[in-house]
Amino acid sequence: MTTTRTVLTVAALTLREASRRRVLLALAVLTVVLLVLSGWGFSRLAAESLTSGEARLTASILLNLVMFGFSLIAALGTAFLAGPTLAGETESGIALAVLARPIRRSAFLLGKWLGLVAFGSGFVVLAGLAQILVVRVTVDYWPPQPAVALALLAAQATVLLTLTVLLSTAISPMASGVVAVGLFCTTWVAGVVGGVGASLGNEAVGRVGSVSRMLLPTDGLWRGAMHAFQDPSALVEFGGGSEEAGAFPFLSMSPLTVGYLVWAAVWVAMIWGLAAASFVRKDL
Amino acid sequence: MTASVGSDAARREAADLVADLAPGPAVWCSGLRKRYGRRVAVHDVSLEVGRGDVVGLLGPNGAGKTSVIKMLLGLVQPDAGEVLLLGRPGSDPAARARVGYLPELFRYQQWLTAAEVLRLHVRLSGIEVSERERRECLALVGLAERAGDRVGGFSKGMQQRLGLAVALVAEPELVVLDEPTSALDPLGRVDVRDIVLDLKSRGVAVLLNSHLIGEVERVCDRVVILDRGRVAASGTLAELLGRRELRLRLTDVAGAAEARLAATGSVVERAGDWVTLALPADDDGTAVPDLVRDLAALGVRVHAVEPARITLEERLLGILRDGAAARDGETR
Repeated sequence: MTTTRTVLTVAALTLREASRRRVLLALAVLTVVLLVLSGWGFSRLAAESLTSGEARLTASILLNLVMFGFSLIAALGTAFLAGPTLAGETESGIALAVLARPIRRSAFLLGKWLGLVAFGSGFVVLAGLAQILVVRVTVDYWPPQPAVALALLAAQATVLLTLTVLLSTAISPMASGVVAVGLFCTTWVAGVVGGVGASLGNEAVGRVGSVSRMLLPTDGLWRGAMHAFQDPSALVEFGGGSEEAGAFPFLSMSPLTVGYLVWAAVWVAMIWGLAAASFVRKDL
Repeated sequence: MTASVGSDAARREAADLVADLAPGPAVWCSGLRKRYGRRVAVHDVSLEVGRGDVVGLLGPNGAGKTSVIKMLLGLVQPDAGEVLLLGRPGSDPAARARVGYLPELFRYQQWLTAAEVLRLHVRLSGIEVSERERRECLALVGLAERAGDRVGGFSKGMQQRLGLAVALVAEPELVVLDEPTSALDPLGRVDVRDIVLDLKSRGVAVLLNSHLIGEVERVCDRVVILDRGRVAASGTLAELLGRRELRLRLTDVAGAAEARLAATGSVVERAGDWVTLALPADDDGTAVPDLVRDLAALGVRVHAVEPARITLEERLLGILRDGAAARDGETR
């Protein structure tokens, strides 16, 4: 059995699991609800008599807010899917028969990870694109870099599920989901706290955000995505591009640097490597 | 460059030599050891399953049977020891290409149908198995009618049958069955026995771990008895059960008759008129008629002569008790 074939078979199996276990259906329903609600909200907004600048600012903030909702759904979805599919299979005994086949454990893990990445990224990209279209139709706003923004959202989902995969090689399925989502939310809060610190000129508090963004790159990628969704003039409207805007959780001051993207990629590779090392040694 | 050509030639020669050798045993392991925390589950287990042999693994709960099986299949990393599966090192996943396994904890993807579970395992094994063969495999374990049903709706017994089909589907040369009848009704047990006998007739090696000693006794060529992580005894059934016994009901036994009895074999038990005698293993079939003739000539009245056979269960219990007694002796 070639490694590629194992990886693709396991990835396809993971995607089929997501669809058969009604995860796909649940996500689709949630997405439609969120799209309809935001569509209604945006159409109400269009009815208000705002200046074009105000309208763009409001649309940017609201788009970021709804996208945060999607990224949260993707985070919860992939975190709670990754736990059962890996730790759950080891716990229940499903993995015994599968891993007794002539396959490498690392190939099995890569297949699971790839399936989850396809699922998580596929969801945020499709749901995000639908949301962008809703905004276009309702308030005639088109984000400056939609492709970059959606790619960064997908990257954020990938980072979180890689962490869940590592956790689920070591702890129970439930605990791995809870810890991953907990860390995701903590990093987001730390990012906001850091923004507040920076706007107040408090370096120590400001550093909280930077450090947390290095430890778990979800928040950093999220801020990059927000920056690509929002209108460049929105920042000028909001705080004139000054430090104060950084304290606001649904606007981002600056685009991502290439260095940060490289760090996020290295982080994913590193965490995946740790997960593989832990899974290969695991006694089933 | 010359050296590289030379080493290539040497490698080819070595490969040809190995190819000409008889295939190694289906399972060979030596010095397997495993510790979980402070508890040593497997001490020093070495065993072998020849090609086409059916070997039973017996022992009480916690003897380390499942741990040994998992180490053989690479599911648990041994702390020490070596494993060869079908002639390849156990650490190489390719060694398991022709191995079928039914785990003690049998669970399959609840959201797949029985046919899909088999298709998945065939794909992972990398062996081509036609749709028809997969259907036949499900029919063999009595699941032909349920091929399109989700595993989530299966009873435990049906899931174990599916596990058996998974173990058999990819043309295995070695099948490892860990408690294959734990969830089956008596009919299912007979089916498993027939399947194992069929595998044996096709030259497929089987390693069978079962608590049902009768099952093991019926189908196995050899038995390995594990006790507290060690091999307490192993051998063919004839070797393990080799001692034959004879029960006689005698009256008017005088001193000369006693001497004649002792000359045939050791007296194991005496209860009233009944005497149980252990016969020598090298008996060519003349010991019993000669003994009866001589006893009659010595004036002994012979009321009954019955062959007595030790069952595997008695032998197993004897070995385990001996082991416990020896440990008690050591600790005192």
